[in-house]
Amino acid sequence: MLDDFLTRAAIAGVGVSLATGPLGVFVVWRRMAYFGDATAHAAILGVAMALATDLPIALGAAVVAAAMGLTVATLTGRGWAADTVLGVLAHSALALGLVGISFVGTVRISLESFLFGDILAVSRTDLAMIWGGAVVVLAAVVWRWNRLLLSTVNEDLAYASGISPLRERLALTLALALVVALSLKIVGALLISALLIIPAAAARALSRGPEAMAVGATLIGAVSALAGLWASYHFDTPAGPSIVTAAAGIFIIAAVAGRLRRT
Amino acid sequence: MTLIAAEGLNVTLGAQPVLHDVNLHLAGGEIVTIVGPNGSGKSTLLRALLGIVPLQGGRVTRAAGLRVGYVPQKLALDPTLPMNVARFLSLPVRHSRADIAATLARVGLEGVETRPLAGLSGGQMQRVLLARALLAAPQAILMDEPTQGLDQPGEAAFYRLLEEVRSDTGAAVLMVSHDLHVVMAASDRVVCLNGHVCCEGSPHVVSNAPEYRALFGEGTRGALALYRHHHDHHCAEPDHA
Repeated sequence: MLDDFLTRAAIAGVGVSLATGPLGVFVVWRRMAYFGDATAHAAILGVAMALATDLPIALGAAVVAAAMGLTVATLTGRGWAADTVLGVLAHSALALGLVGISFVGTVRISLESFLFGDILAVSRTDLAMIWGGAVVVLAAVVWRWNRLLLSTVNEDLAYASGISPLRERLALTLALALVVALSLKIVGALLISALLIIPAAAARALSRGPEAMAVGATLIGAVSALAGLWASYHFDTPAGPSIVTAAAGIFIIAAVAGRLRRT
Repeated sequence: MTLIAAEGLNVTLGAQPVLHDVNLHLAGGEIVTIVGPNGSGKSTLLRALLGIVPLQGGRVTRAAGLRVGYVPQKLALDPTLPMNVARFLSLPVRHSRADIAATLARVGLEGVETRPLAGLSGGQMQRVLLARALLAAPQAILMDEPTQGLDQPGEAAFYRLLEEVRSDTGAAVLMVSHDLHVVMAASDRVVCLNGHVCCEGSPHVVSNAPEYRALFGEGTRGALALYRHHHDHHCAEPDHA
């Protein structure tokens, strides 16, 4: 069964949504959309560094994404404007990564696959890594759920309950870096944020509680992956962008349905 | 019994010294109010007592195993986060449905469990925040301007509720406020803050202190005179007569 490239792609897409769903809701609630973008763009720099040093690409992507997340968090914590910091660092990392890849890249490297993903080319090893990483992220979010949620609702209330919002933010930053590294193969650096934000935003319109929204985002992410792959196969469209397009379609339907239910 | 004691607190935010050499204590069952002009460090003091802002000097000691309830100034919930009252009250510790219902009834909000948090009025939100603090069975409740945004009847009702809670549970209350006259009536002790403790004592003593008058002027005397009159009849403190 795993011999079929489409089956592997489907399993990879569903696996990634196990992590992007529960993490995506926090990205939406905490307004971290640009933060997610910055981490994803930094991953390209990680790819370049991994290629130069012959390390696994996912490792390079995860490490540089985490470093980006921590740097942004530190600088904004010192009073730098978040907008500016993200704009400078994210685009510098992306540009530097592209320049770097042009130096080390040979015929074996297709830049496009890092920017837009290459889900149809996932191997069994990729599958194991994606599912392993996704389960780690899912378990971490479930384990810290109440602490993450209260820190998101109000940091002072978290402190008063003996929770450190700083530690929870660190946990989210690291989880985000891991998800970026996992999703790079699926939709590429430019569309990873979409995978985090669109399913969560779609689930918002249909949810009455935070847990329902997280589960909804996961399901919508999985359905988007399957629908996008189906469309990609039938209409011969690029897989990553097709998945994001499917998610956008579900978002529109959910937004309209949510509006109708309320009136 | 002293629940929380602060000695020689120094707090600097950025380059700005906010609190210097502040001493404060909260004893069991008392209602203490911190008053002071804008920027006098009232909220920072509360946050320092909770361990939220780092201290540059001094220390905060709490009684062993002290349970603290905290009511923040306001709760700005992101509209993308769906949350009803019952779920919020069970954060981070889950409480039974019966406990939640009883506590909501205690603060005068029966049956709002399934209402979205975002749809509550300012007064209802303050009561929900108080209910959340009460569910932890606190020995001390710390509140930051709990009546901000309430109209006068709402304010009066909130302080009555606080008084009831204190007499039911014996919890001490430490709150920050700047609506002087109502607060004075509701407090056992007032701490007047302006970066440091200018003066403290019973509302009567503080309102007559020159430091307090220098900060707040003479304008509040009418209200305070009313307060004293009211208080004399009920508490019959001989030195007030």
